[in-house]
Amino acid sequence: MRISLTVNGEPREADVWAGESLLTALRDALELPGSKNACEQGECGSCSVLLDGELVCSCLVLAAQADGHSVTTVEGLADGEKLHPVQRAFVEAGAVQCGFCTPGLVVATAALLERSPEPSDDEIREALSGNLCRCTGYVKIFDAVRLAAGTMRT
Amino acid sequence: MSATETTTRVPLGRVGERVERRDGIPKVTGEFAYSSDLSAAGMLWGRTIRSPHAHARIVELDISEALRMPGVHAVLTHEDVPGQKTYGLEFPDQPVLAADRVRYFGEAVALVAAEEPEQARRAAAAVRVVYEPLEPVTQMERATEQEPLHEGRPTMGHGYRDDPRPNVVRSIEIRHGDPDAEGDVSVSGVYEIGIQDQAFLGPESGLAVPDGEGGVDIYVATQWLHVDRDQVAPCLNLPPEMVRIHLGGVGGAFGGREDLSMQIHGALLALETNRPVKIVYDREESFVGHIHRHPARIWCEHRATREGKLVNVRMRILLDGGAYASSSTAVTSNAACFAIGPYKVDNALIESTCVYTNNPPCGAMRGFGAVQTCFASEAQMDRLAAELGIDPVELRLLNAMAPGDLLPTGQPIEGSLPVAEVIRRAAALPVPEPEALPREAIRLPGGAGNTTRGEGVQRGVGFAVGFKNICYSEGFDDSTAARVILREDGSAVVHCAAAEVGQGVTDVILQVARTELGTDEVVLAPPETATVASAGSASASRMTWMAAGATQLACRAVAEERARGTAGEIDIERVYRHPRTTPLDPETGQITGERAHVAFAVAAMRVVVEVDVDLGLTRVVWIGTAQDVGKAVNPLAVEGQIEGGTAQGLGLALMEEIQTRDGLITNASFTDYLIPTALDMPPVVSELVEDPEPDAPYGAKGVGEPPTVVSTAAIVSALRDATGRGLTRVPVRPDEVVGL
Repeated sequence: MRISLTVNGEPREADVWAGESLLTALRDALELPGSKNACEQGECGSCSVLLDGELVCSCLVLAAQADGHSVTTVEGLADGEKLHPVQRAFVEAGAVQCGFCTPGLVVATAALLERSPEPSDDEIREALSGNLCRCTGYVKIFDAVRLAAGTMRT
Repeated sequence: MSATETTTRVPLGRVGERVERRDGIPKVTGEFAYSSDLSAAGMLWGRTIRSPHAHARIVELDISEALRMPGVHAVLTHEDVPGQKTYGLEFPDQPVLAADRVRYFGEAVALVAAEEPEQARRAAAAVRVVYEPLEPVTQMERATEQEPLHEGRPTMGHGYRDDPRPNVVRSIEIRHGDPDAEGDVSVSGVYEIGIQDQAFLGPESGLAVPDGEGGVDIYVATQWLHVDRDQVAPCLNLPPEMVRIHLGGVGGAFGGREDLSMQIHGALLALETNRPVKIVYDREESFVGHIHRHPARIWCEHRATREGKLVNVRMRILLDGGAYASSSTAVTSNAACFAIGPYKVDNALIESTCVYTNNPPCGAMRGFGAVQTCFASEAQMDRLAAELGIDPVELRLLNAMAPGDLLPTGQPIEGSLPVAEVIRRAAALPVPEPEALPREAIRLPGGAGNTTRGEGVQRGVGFAVGFKNICYSEGFDDSTAARVILREDGSAVVHCAAAEVGQGVTDVILQVARTELGTDEVVLAPPETATVASAGSASASRMTWMAAGATQLACRAVAEERARGTAGEIDIERVYRHPRTTPLDPETGQITGERAHVAFAVAAMRVVVEVDVDLGLTRVVWIGTAQDVGKAVNPLAVEGQIEGGTAQGLGLALMEEIQTRDGLITNASFTDYLIPTALDMPPVVSELVEDPEPDAPYGAKGVGEPPTVVSTAAIVSALRDATGRGLTRVPVRPDEVVGL
C-alpha cells in the first residue's frame, strides 16, 4: 500500500506492506536509517521518533498508521549544519559512546525539554527510562540533559 | 554503498585533555553508519537457519522447497563450505554450518539469500531439517562424567595441563607456597554466577560484497579485523588478501564481537550469488548469535591470622563454557590468576576448570573471568572481616598488594599497582546522608512500582576491590601496527585497524598523533585489513595502550625521517609490542619466564543501597569509586568507561541472567532479559588515580574492565549489609532479600 506523510517537514510517499512498522518504512523505503532497530518490541527506545509531536517507538507503530501524519526523526532535529541544543549537549557532555541508543535518546530528550524546560533529576530519569543505553551508565546522559536544558533557557 | 566513516577533519585535543569524540556529531545527527545501516545496489538479504535443539543429530536436511521460493537466490548447507568446515577464535571446533550434529540452541545449520528480508524469512522456514534429539549435557558439575561432546579433545595439546576427563576445555591448578598452610581462623563459602549477556544495542550485522574476481569485502561490526580475516579466509578456501575486512559502525561490543557472527555466512552467500549480501540479526537471534559471560560455581576457603593477615587461600572454580571453545581457555586461566584479588598471600591452591556442555557457548565479556572470582573472593573478605571483627576496608588495606609482592603465579608485581591508594581514596569518598521517608515513589526501591511509604526500607553500605590484567597473557603476545603518512605540508594520515567499538580509541589515536607530530592536521583513515597490519583485539583493556604505542612509534619514525631531510610524502608503518610474556607451567600454574601477564589494574568501589525487605525491591543509591588508570589519555572517555562498566556490573548484581531450560534459552528478548535503565543507575563519583605504568606509552593503562569487575561485588556487599543475608549468588533475586 502507498502512504503519504510528512517526514522532517517534507511531504513524502512510500510503498509499504500491511504489516510493516513505521521504523522499517523510515529506515528502508524512506532511507532515513538514523532511527535504530535494537529490540523490535518497544523496550529499548532506539527507534524513538515524534509522531505529530508525540514521542513514540516507531517499531510499535505501523507505517500505515502514519499515513497523513507528521513524523520527526533524529535526522530532522538539526537546523541545517546547526545542531539542536540537545545534540550539541550530548557531544559536549560525553553522553555518546557506541552511539546506537543516541538517536532515540536525543529525540526523547528533545521531547522532554519541549514539555518540561526545567526538569528535575527524577523527571529526567523517568522520562528517559524507556531508552536503554549499554555503554554510558546514563551518568553523562543526565549531564547532557541538564546542559541542554540550561542552553535552551538562555 | 555507504562507507562506515569517511575520513573527516578532527577536533583538537592532545594526550591528557578532555576531548569530544570525533564521531560524536555524526552519531547525534543519525548520519553515522552502523553495520546494520549499510546497503549496496543489487543487495540480497541473508538469513541463518538455526537449531531449535540444544543437542541433536541431523537426520535429514532438505533445501529443495526453499530453493523454489520466490526471490530466493541461494540456499547453502555445510556441503557448500568450500574450505575448512570449522572455525574458532583460538581452536577451530565450531562448524561454519552444522553437518550431522548440533551442540547448542541456535547453532547455524543453513543459510538463505533472497531479494527481500521477508522472502528470506519465509525461505528459511521452508528449509526442512529433521533432528533426532540427543540427551543434552546441561550441568557443568556432571559434564566431566558424560559422553564427550567433541571428538579428539580440540583444546588439548597446546601446552595446557593434560586433563583426561571428558568435556574439559581446560583445567589449571596454581600451587603457591604451602597449599596446606593453616591459619588461626578460616571462612568458607560457595558462590554462583549466572550467565550474563553483553547485550550490546547494535545487533550483529554486516554486508559482504563480492569483488568480481573471486574475493570479497566484508563490512562488519567486530573487535578485531585481522583475526576475522584469518578465520574467514580458510573457510572460503581463499588466500587472506582476497578477504578484506572493513570496520562497519559498531553498536557496542563488550567481548561479544570477538567471535565471528555473520562474516563467513555473508561471504559464502555473496560469493555464491555474486551479489552483495546483508545479514542483520534481530534481538532474539542476537542472544544466540554471540557467546556470553561464563556462569560459574566457586568454592572458597580463606585462612588468616587473628590479626587479619591472609595465610592461605584455597579456591575451586568451575566454569561452563557451553558448546564450543571460543576464548574459554584464556578465561579459565584468568579466573584463576586473579581469583584472590590484589592481596598478598604466601600460600594458595587455586583450581579452575572449564567444561563443554550443550548450554549457550561462553567466551569473552568485559572482565574475562575476573568478574566471577571477584564476586566470590570479595564476599569472602567481608566474611573474614566479620569473623575477626575488623573493619572490611581495614582488612583489605592490611592485605593490599604492592609492587614487589608476588602473585600466586610467582610473578612479582612490577610497574604500577596502587592498591592501597585506590582503597583509601574510594573509602574516603563521602557517602550521602540517608534520605527521609516518606518520599517520592521514584526514589524508593522498585521506583514507581513501590506502593508503600517505605516502611520496609533498610540501608546498607558495601565495599569491594577489583583486580585484573591488562593486555593478552601467557605467551599470546599480540601486537598493534600503525601506519603514518606525513605529507609535505605537515599534515598526516594515520592508518590503524584498532576497532572503535564506542570506547573512544579513535580519539586516543588522534590525540597521540597530534601530540607526537605537534599538529592538529591529522586524520584517521577507516580501519580495514588491506591498508595496515593487525591491531590486535579491542579487548583485555589493551587497545588504548597498544594503539597509543603503535601510533607513537610510527609518528616518531616519520618525524625522524623528516628531520633527516627527506622531502615529500613519508609513509611508515611500525609495529608495537608490549613486554613479552610466557606460558604458565601446566602442572603448577607458576610462571616459566619473567611474566605471564603484562600489567595490572585495580579499582575500589563504595556503594550505598536501599532494600525494601517487605517487597524484595532494591535501589542502588550512590556509587563512589577510585580506579587506577595509569594516565588518563582522555579523562572524559575514562569517566564514561567507569560509569558504563559499573552499570554492567550492576546489571549482573541485580537483574541480568540468561535463563535456560535443558540448554534452551527462554528469555531471548529485552522484555525478558533486563539491563539497567536510567531509573536503575545511581550517580557515580569517580576518582582517577594516576600512577603511570612505566612500560606503557604515556603511562596509560586500559580502563574498561576494572569497573565491571568490581561493581557486582561492591553492590552485593552493600545488599548484605542492608539485609544481613549471605547472598552468594548473582543476580540477587527479590526472594533472597525479602521477609527478614
